[in-house]
Amino acid sequence: MEQARRVISVIVLNEASVLSRIAGLFSGRGYNIESLTVAPIPDSKYSRITIVTAGSIKVVEQIIKQLHKLIPVLKVYEHADLVEKEMAMVKIPLTESLGDIEALAHAYNGRIVNVGSDTLIVMVADEPMRVGHFLEAIKRFHPKEIVRSGSVAMER
Amino acid sequence: MQISGAQMVIEALIAEEVEVIFGYPGGAIMNVYDAIYQQSSFQHVLTRHEQAAVHAAEGYAKASGKVGVAMITSGPGFTNAITGIADAYMDSVPLVVISGQVPMSLIGTDAFQEIDAVGISRPCTKHNYLVTDAKDLARILKEAFYLARTGRPGPVHVDIPKDVTAQIALFDYSKEVELETYKPTVKGNMRQIKKAVEAIANAKRPLLYLGGGVISSGAAELVREFSKMTQIPAVETFMARGTLHHADPLLISMLGMHGSYAANMAMSETDLVIGLGARFDDRVTGKLSEFAKNAQIIHVDIDPASISKLVNAHFPIVGDVKNVVESMMTLAKDQVDPLRYAPWHNTIANFNKLHPLSYTEEGDRLKPQWVVQRIGQLLGDDANISTDVGQHQMWTAQFYPFSRPRQWNSSGGLGTMGYGFPAAIGVKRADMERVSINITGDGSILMNIQELMTAVEYNLPVINVILNNNFLGMVRQWQTMFYDKRHSSTDLSIQPDFVKLAESFGGVGYRVTTKEEFDTALKDAVEKNVVALIDVVVARFENVLPMVPAGGSLFNMMLEYKDK
Repeated sequence: MEQARRVISVIVLNEASVLSRIAGLFSGRGYNIESLTVAPIPDSKYSRITIVTAGSIKVVEQIIKQLHKLIPVLKVYEHADLVEKEMAMVKIPLTESLGDIEALAHAYNGRIVNVGSDTLIVMVADEPMRVGHFLEAIKRFHPKEIVRSGSVAMER
Repeated sequence: MQISGAQMVIEALIAEEVEVIFGYPGGAIMNVYDAIYQQSSFQHVLTRHEQAAVHAAEGYAKASGKVGVAMITSGPGFTNAITGIADAYMDSVPLVVISGQVPMSLIGTDAFQEIDAVGISRPCTKHNYLVTDAKDLARILKEAFYLARTGRPGPVHVDIPKDVTAQIALFDYSKEVELETYKPTVKGNMRQIKKAVEAIANAKRPLLYLGGGVISSGAAELVREFSKMTQIPAVETFMARGTLHHADPLLISMLGMHGSYAANMAMSETDLVIGLGARFDDRVTGKLSEFAKNAQIIHVDIDPASISKLVNAHFPIVGDVKNVVESMMTLAKDQVDPLRYAPWHNTIANFNKLHPLSYTEEGDRLKPQWVVQRIGQLLGDDANISTDVGQHQMWTAQFYPFSRPRQWNSSGGLGTMGYGFPAAIGVKRADMERVSINITGDGSILMNIQELMTAVEYNLPVINVILNNNFLGMVRQWQTMFYDKRHSSTDLSIQPDFVKLAESFGGVGYRVTTKEEFDTALKDAVEKNVVALIDVVVARFENVLPMVPAGGSLFNMMLEYKDK
């Protein structure tokens, strides 16, 4: 079966233990989570959880139904036509060329956001695939630490 | 009304018209037990193990159609109960399970008898709550009962810290349940139902595939009418036994791993499966790619996640079986010609004739199947039948003449040994008029034998019929068939004296080796109306047949087993 990458948004009641219900459902039923982000929806009692997963159409259908079955879940949708973004931060030794780093970050919607005594931090925000490309490219500047945020997505 | 959290629990149970709860006290739940002591609106049945409390609540719920209630303390009280909770989850039994928890200030400190109860119950409950403030208790308990009985029923767990049961707060139970995020679909989509009825009218070999959902939605009577009106034959899952009367000419039998040849062949030959409240469990389908290969599938279920989970449905209908069948009947009246399926009936009659469910007598040795049939002959409709798990369970499902829904009560999904006796206690409590029989094995009965004390104390005379073959018979059967007779840890030759065991608890025991002795013992136990253990010595190496070996196809049954 074809294992395609899927992005699922889950709107949940903003209450204790709701995240463990979702995470537990994935682990308990053997579904895979590639990334998961969660934050409250402003001016509401709900949160939005964005989950990136991989699976066949049948598996994703089942994931969506099982998510729906959880009592605090309001809505579940799988995105077809969406804008998807991810953020990443990279810590680089100050010995590297600032100009080159700045230029590279710029190409991926990013910039240098912090410069300390020994290291600088550069951030980018772009489509997840392009963030991956950026992280590949930044390797030549000997990054000491990389943090990815996971995807957030919005229907067009 | 300003009352304590403990008092709120009592008030909520009264408001829900609960007449009995099953439980076991302990430190963290003591405030509630103190409040139970001071009320007389409902009975508390003290089981002798927390697992048994939950099974008893299950038995009560299944026999009565009401929500069962169990109460336990924190830590080990709760972990003991989890098997029962998981069992109820797998079989969609409506329960509210209330547990004590250590005080809020101690949560997370590894306090005495502390365990993350909601963390453990999360994957095996329909929903669960940790109550952190007594002012939420009325709403939570009301939601718990509502969730347990609506939609696809199931167990709901409410964990209450000790200080919350002591806290005084406002109690108002009058507010309607409002759950924005939970709205089960009860009415089926009319357009889909129309299409499904058209498919039925055009089918040549339609087959009703009835699951436990028919019974829990209270649709059994309606399904009987539907089947009669359309003349569509039916197979039942293990959970659905009793939906159709055993003598109904349209009932083929149970299908699946130990279903009848005719039922499994009908499923393999049908051109239209009408699945009602059934979930295409692996013990039913066998090899999925070969299951009902020639058929289109109508699947009616209240749980959308059950539809097309394992077998793709051509006509998916989310809704309550009762509602959907009602609509189907209105349409089918004019559209479906009941005479149309006569050739199909002939085919099925031939399957039935070819390999009926049977067993062979062997001299004087009692056959377990005979015992089951004999109970049926002697008690029939007057008994409610529970079982434990194993060979005896399958023989009961195959051979007992069930005549009504809720007469049958067994652990299907989880397959919990030790279920039968406490469940039969709950069944008895729900239906005092009828005899409550637990057909069990010599392995299973010892898993909750302490419940003899509960049954005796509360005068709930359950009759346990032990089909004793000195084996963990079902595992032994698989070892014989698939493990070259290496009977690893299944020989139960060393046994207690069941007669003395029963007597020591204040019950009555019988040891039976012949047909006459069995009749005498059963009649005596029924007449005396006492808690009984009837230890029936049966043929040791009898196998449950026919059988679809795990992963095999339904049409490829093992009809007999020849010892090599």
